[in-house]
Amino acid sequence: MLKSSRFEHMNEDVTHAPTDPQDAAIQQVVARSSAARDSGKDDGQVQLRNFTLKFNGQTILDRINLSIPKGQTVVVIGESGCGKTMLLKSVVGLNRPTAGEVLYNGTNINALGDVDMTRLRRKFGFVFQNAALFDSMTIGQNVAFPLVQHNIATGRKLDRIVLDALGVVGLPENVAFKRPAELSGGMRKRVGLARALVLNPELLLYDEPTTGLDPIMSDVINQLMMRTRDNSDVTSLIITHDMRTTYKVADRVIMLYPFARLKRGEQQIIFDGTPDELKQTHDKRVSQFVNGEAGERLMELKRDAFDGFGDTPNLLEKYPGG
Amino acid sequence: MTTSARQQPASQQLGDSGAVYNWISDWGKLVVDALLSLGDMAIFTGRMFVWLFTSLPRQGTILPNFYHVGVLSLPVVALTGTFIGMVLANQSYNQFRDLGLESQMGAVINYSLVRELGPVLAATMLAGRVGSAMAAVLGTMRVTEQIDALTSMGANPIHYLVVPRFLACILLIPALTIMADFMGIVGGYFYAVVMLGVDHYQYLSNSRQFVSGWDFFVGIFKSLFFGGTIAIVSCYRGFNCTAGAEGVGRAATAAFVFSFVLILVIDLALNIVLQSIFLSIWPYGGKKLF
Repeated sequence: MLKSSRFEHMNEDVTHAPTDPQDAAIQQVVARSSAARDSGKDDGQVQLRNFTLKFNGQTILDRINLSIPKGQTVVVIGESGCGKTMLLKSVVGLNRPTAGEVLYNGTNINALGDVDMTRLRRKFGFVFQNAALFDSMTIGQNVAFPLVQHNIATGRKLDRIVLDALGVVGLPENVAFKRPAELSGGMRKRVGLARALVLNPELLLYDEPTTGLDPIMSDVINQLMMRTRDNSDVTSLIITHDMRTTYKVADRVIMLYPFARLKRGEQQIIFDGTPDELKQTHDKRVSQFVNGEAGERLMELKRDAFDGFGDTPNLLEKYPGG
Repeated sequence: MTTSARQQPASQQLGDSGAVYNWISDWGKLVVDALLSLGDMAIFTGRMFVWLFTSLPRQGTILPNFYHVGVLSLPVVALTGTFIGMVLANQSYNQFRDLGLESQMGAVINYSLVRELGPVLAATMLAGRVGSAMAAVLGTMRVTEQIDALTSMGANPIHYLVVPRFLACILLIPALTIMADFMGIVGGYFYAVVMLGVDHYQYLSNSRQFVSGWDFFVGIFKSLFFGGTIAIVSCYRGFNCTAGAEGVGRAATAAFVFSFVLILVIDLALNIVLQSIFLSIWPYGGKKLF
């Protein structure tokens, strides 16, 4: 049985050894999820309990059970459209669950009022996929925004904190006076990270922090994430498709699988373990993703596409002028 | 049942009655969507008022909106006000001349301006210039996750983005209406008296006799509702923008169209209500205030 000291809090208990390696991997995930859900002693800083999210009647996330202890760096992987970003946004209350709950230090965040939720969000830092910097503000104003919003600093003290934050992510002081549109993608991501760090958050969430960056800049972002983790007791939840990032920064890796492709009774978290365990997994769905192998996926996509057209496909009618 | 049979729409399975089924289904969907949208907008408006009365945004957030809505709208409102006054003079002159009533032109032009054209024109310009821009800006912020970023940093987007825009629209539209009224009156006077040679004294005397303080009040009072409507509809459209450039464009267009239609509906409703109030206070038409 694969077990890491990082996951001892989950109180794993697999009672019988399955013969099929893929079944064994699935059983481990089920055991961990069940332990997280059932254990009243679960001390995770962030906990999702039977978390279900639907949009326009379509299920995105189904009965997710997850517990993240303080200080852990968790990387969530999974193919596009499987609900990773929705999961991340739900942790900070940007999406309300259709069913289930999200707990932060034992508090159900969806039961909080506007004022309490606002106060709680001071403890979170969120690095968005495209940085989500405010176009109408300079870089300095962007980084200063959380400090000004919560009346934490003004005047020279504010300037000092902002310039320090920019320095931490390796940006020169003159960047503070530029607009987001004047910066490259990598610089914008670093500004986004500086803005997320400026309140010294307890929980940092990264939405595809290295997507669209060159390998060097990706590694710079990886180093910054690792430095942040090492310098503080921050808990990190990172969404990525980049396996280099996964192996480099993760304490724990979770793989989500699209709900629409699950078989009846299967859990949406199909892998939950360490990066080393990820390399050794026997679950074909996980290993194909990790190794970047399409396998039968292209045929599945073609079949799904033709199912969408019904019995009498007339492609030309689907396009204007056709 | 095969997959394809399961996917076959119910209308096709019903055969000839499929068209009726489709018709009822489409109308039902339209009504349900409209009711949902109305309810959603009511909740949005309610939340905006809660924030408005519990915590005002910072000066630094409010002032740029006041500048954008008030100062930058002033020239275009003044220009259109001037021309609408002149067009009114031009249109009414030919008909009044045939009846020998040119001297009454001042009353007609100024009464129309202060009660209807001034406020509606200012509101239309505001909806076109500011409302569409609000929807486009907020829509872009939604699409680029800037609204999510605001929320994640502990700023309430309704408090931070909607309340300042609402305040700017509702507080500055009376000023814009007064400007439209004033420039329309000046434009009408200039065209009638200077260009068409209507008697100066008669023009002003008739204006004073028929246009009262109540008429000014009605115009400005209505403008408050127009301003509020523009801000709420535009912000709501921006907040509920769908993804992509097309979504932002659609939000901006919808903001103007819905605002304009609502302005006209509210205009009619307020005219009826205010007329009833006027008649209950002054049953015989009342005296002109000045």
